[in-house]
Amino acid sequence: MPTWFTPATALCGLMFAVSPFLIANAPYESTMGLVQKIFYVHLPSAWMFLIAAIVCGVASVRFLFRGDARHDRLAWAAAELVVLFGIVTLVTGPLWARKAWGVWWQWDVRLTASLIGWMVSVAYLLLRKYGGPGSDKLAAGLALFGMANVPFIYISVNYWRTIHPTTSVVPTLPTSFGLPLWFSTVTFLLLFVLLLRARVRLEEQRAQLDSLYLSADA
Amino acid sequence: MFARVVWLVLRKDLMVEVRSLEIAYTTLFFAVSCVLVFAFALVQEGQPPVDGAAGILWISIAFAGTLALGRAFERERQSETLRALLLAPAARPAVYVGKLLGIITLLVAGEIVLVPLVALLFQAPLLSRPIWLAVILLSGTIGFSAVGTLFAAMLVRARSRDVLLPVLLYPITVPVIIAGVRATAALLQPDVDAEILRFWLSLLVCFDIVFVTLALWTFESLMTD
Repeated sequence: MPTWFTPATALCGLMFAVSPFLIANAPYESTMGLVQKIFYVHLPSAWMFLIAAIVCGVASVRFLFRGDARHDRLAWAAAELVVLFGIVTLVTGPLWARKAWGVWWQWDVRLTASLIGWMVSVAYLLLRKYGGPGSDKLAAGLALFGMANVPFIYISVNYWRTIHPTTSVVPTLPTSFGLPLWFSTVTFLLLFVLLLRARVRLEEQRAQLDSLYLSADA
Repeated sequence: MFARVVWLVLRKDLMVEVRSLEIAYTTLFFAVSCVLVFAFALVQEGQPPVDGAAGILWISIAFAGTLALGRAFERERQSETLRALLLAPAARPAVYVGKLLGIITLLVAGEIVLVPLVALLFQAPLLSRPIWLAVILLSGTIGFSAVGTLFAAMLVRARSRDVLLPVLLYPITVPVIIAGVRATAALLQPDVDAEILRFWLSLLVCFDIVFVTLALWTFESLMTD
């Protein structure tokens, strides 16, 4: 592990311990009240969900055309984080929506696109786990098709009315809301980087072990 | 040369199929059973669900399509003929297009039976605008099969391919299903909104173009060991 890993893990743990206090001290939003505080977990995890999906897609395409196993390991690690942060996003979203919109789920464009993206990454992991030898390339192909699919899902679902708030809200937030939000975003980003690094490291060691076994047999 | 390889692969597939009719019969019977299960579940006291026909038609096509894709490549796997096809001195994309056209032919043949059946059981005026319906069905089938043929070909060597095919295929083909169902539902309205119809149809055509291009582009690298 790189030298920065342990201090960064400690810092991440500390930030996760501090953030509930910041969130508790943030002012109540005038119309939604207490439930709006889910937003400090929902939005950062949704952003990590998106970043992980982009990392997975780009790494997969590079693996598919260059064949470098490092990109493949990165794509695999990122796909697991898509599933992880996707679960956080898809659980906190309906909890908030129940209070804000009065329904648990709405077939709006962002919700649908997130759900499908999450399903593609679950399919990716299933393929890697149960596909047997050669499934690394197939999974990379799936990731490529999943990325190409995003605009189509957006256009097709957008044809219905969209009730999800747009991202243009975020830069205009007053500081009292903005500080806990950015603090928790940085915390989630740190967690994302740490998990990605640890997961890639695990895969590297596994590959090393495999090559050692092969050389021992030979 | 390209067109010739496509034609030879297509002719081979159709000839094998016509001799046994295995995939055609089993897939068709499966699709019919699907429609019947929906009819038992959803038609109550002779009243079909409002706007149900379009969805049921497309679900049956998607289910039957998955089955046909799996079987078509299982046959190639059993006798190792896919390896022979890929070893042949022919462009890989041409092999893909040949297989794709074979699957589309099979599915279109199935749809010819499915459409009147759904129209009958769900009392939907599906056949009142046959040309529009044919265009929607064909463009949806091309999009679904373009992704399906590539994935089924990729999965030939994978373990648990029977389960993995639908798991991979359905999330990717969601836009095809949405656009197909919406376009068909728009067609079933008493007065057709041409703008809605045109929107969904152009989405389907764009999907077809993008995914056929992507599949042709990646088929070579995905099918190399």
